[in-house]
Amino acid sequence: MSVLIFVAKLIAGGALLCLGVLLALLYEGVDRIISARMQRRFGPPLLQPFYDVLKLLGKESIVPRRAVAWAFNGAPWMALVTALMVFLYIPMGALPPILGSEGDLILITYLLALSAVALVVGGFASGSPYANVGSQREMVLMMSYELPLALVVSTMAWLVYRRGIPGPAFSLETFSSLSLWNTVGWVGALGLLSLLLALLAVVPAEVGKVPMDIAEAKTEILEGLISEYSGRNLALLKLTYSVRTLALCAVVVALFFPWSLGKAMGLSGVGLFVIDFVWFWIKTFVVQTVGVTTVRTAFGRFKIWQAARFYWIQVGGLALAGMLLLTLEVAIY
Amino acid sequence: MAVGEAKTYKIPIGPVHVGLKEPITTWLEVDGERIVDIKVRPGAIHRGIEFMARERNPIQVIYLAERICGICSFAHIESFVRAVEDAASISVPKRAQYIRTIMLELERVHSHILWAGVACYTFGYDSAFNLGLLLREKVMDVLEAVSGNRVNYGVGTIGGVRRDITPEAAAALEDMLSYYRREFAAFYEVATEDPITKARMRHVGTLPPEDAVRYCAVGPTARASGLRVDLRWSSPYEAYADIEVTPIVPQDYMGEVYGDVFDRFLVRVLEVYQSLDIIEKALSGLPEGPLMAEPKLPKLLALLKAADGVGWSSIEAPRGDDAHIVKLTKGDENVTWWKVRAPTYANIVSWPIMFRGQEIADAPLIVNSIDPCISCMERALVIDKRSGSSEVLTKEELLKRSREKTRRLMGR
Repeated sequence: MSVLIFVAKLIAGGALLCLGVLLALLYEGVDRIISARMQRRFGPPLLQPFYDVLKLLGKESIVPRRAVAWAFNGAPWMALVTALMVFLYIPMGALPPILGSEGDLILITYLLALSAVALVVGGFASGSPYANVGSQREMVLMMSYELPLALVVSTMAWLVYRRGIPGPAFSLETFSSLSLWNTVGWVGALGLLSLLLALLAVVPAEVGKVPMDIAEAKTEILEGLISEYSGRNLALLKLTYSVRTLALCAVVVALFFPWSLGKAMGLSGVGLFVIDFVWFWIKTFVVQTVGVTTVRTAFGRFKIWQAARFYWIQVGGLALAGMLLLTLEVAIY
Repeated sequence: MAVGEAKTYKIPIGPVHVGLKEPITTWLEVDGERIVDIKVRPGAIHRGIEFMARERNPIQVIYLAERICGICSFAHIESFVRAVEDAASISVPKRAQYIRTIMLELERVHSHILWAGVACYTFGYDSAFNLGLLLREKVMDVLEAVSGNRVNYGVGTIGGVRRDITPEAAAALEDMLSYYRREFAAFYEVATEDPITKARMRHVGTLPPEDAVRYCAVGPTARASGLRVDLRWSSPYEAYADIEVTPIVPQDYMGEVYGDVFDRFLVRVLEVYQSLDIIEKALSGLPEGPLMAEPKLPKLLALLKAADGVGWSSIEAPRGDDAHIVKLTKGDENVTWWKVRAPTYANIVSWPIMFRGQEIADAPLIVNSIDPCISCMERALVIDKRSGSSEVLTKEELLKRSREKTRRLMGR
């Protein structure tokens, strides 16, 4: 029996990862088109990210003479695999996560951080001054956004615990079983809103998009971290960025918008699973459009110290305010 | 290395870099993110145009002068033909002077909007970049309506202009004026009120007025440092004698002057409005009359062949003072000697002042802030990398090297 479950999980996981890659590239194509329309441009074809990745996969992968080859070649795999693994822990609509019992929200934040660390390692290993500057910037950026991220995650878990929602406090399944918005009054709603905004502010830095693409900064340090990569390695890195974008948006949806469409329509069984699964990706798309596409179109790039100050003071303050408001909420009711 | 001793390393910006428009290498010595020192090493795009000119007659050189730069091509023609007119004592008809003025100002509008867009692009503000390119499209259309070309207009010639402003072109110009008065406000807002632009441009690449004087900055770069430097105002040429032009300096508009990239941005954006006013005035006061002092080409060439002397001209190109010196010798059909000093050459020497103490993230923005035109600037200067010495190439030496290269390429 357990072997059967293991095999089923293996198949489902593989299918999910393939779907994740395809959806990530597809959403990136849509993101580029929407961004282009916002700038009154026509934009690339929808499948352009697929073309890019396929083209790069067929090209020669050059390792610089001064690079540490194993770290240089290993880092893209590490970054992609860790980013992809996030999908295995996210409950999608009514479907339980494939590795739900083995991991929780803390693991997800670590996986995302590990993927960024892998990029940094690859950057340092490439031995280029641009990549070196990019890696340093990425590290500073990580140090800046981890604090608000940790605040948001721990506050949410604490709220789940205090509200007595069944299930482990840090597990994503617990969050998706019941919308937190329904369990709080207006003070708590305000607190949740500020947590949501803080998390959305972290998204661009986590996925390396304008205004927080400081580590890549095309016009400043020639793509920084990834400036020495080419061919297959670059394809993997491109995939990593798309997958991280999608994964993080999915996490935001699972945390804050677990509303089920299927239940509202009174469905059950397979219909509920299918409808909620599609509904989940639609919600993810909306979050990505608001949190990534719009933001990256509306802003220019920050400097590294501006970004660090933004995350420590403004976003950190917002997360802290959310935490205090939720504490107040729990104390009142 | 002792503990606490700062370790610096070098980063090259260029010769091929996404943030630059043209090839030039700037070696940045950085300590972490901070720039300690900068070395500029041009020499990637020298084309030997001045040398080529010595085997052509002045009329043919006009087309060479036009191709020094694609963006201020009319400014280079204008300066060159004024230098030749100065050498050969040719006076230009009034109508041609006005048309030249209109062309110069159209080019300024085009150059400034393009620069402003590219400046936004260098700090990742793609929306403003695209808005800039969208707005620039109108003036390109008008340039096409007036001259027939979008780039390298072919309007200027010695003793006048080759294209008249027809009623249709005048209508297109009027249309353009109202278009920019209406639409350019959006970009003006992006440039001046947007917090992102301000955060990235304020206190970046500062050039104090005293340094601007010391390093002879010209054009918008000097004006952004608060100097009232404008050749249209200080030594009016063409129709500027009839049209009042006052130099735009930031202290008149913002109350204070920093001399940073933001001020340069502001000066350029305000100059677009100024250019619109000048075009409107020149268009309304466009006098009737001939277009050329000497329409017959053989007669003009004979006149130039008989001319003897050195002519000099300095005009206010979009980027600043563009000086041409031409020597014509009696009996020699060709231009005996021609020297171009593009505005970038004057502005580039103040880069070290702007760079020191800034961050790597600012480097492309500072490089772009003087609107460098490297292909305008690069003249025959060879720097020996090993000894660091430089020499100016003579005609014989250039010829010798060119022949050697040809032989090498042909495998002989």
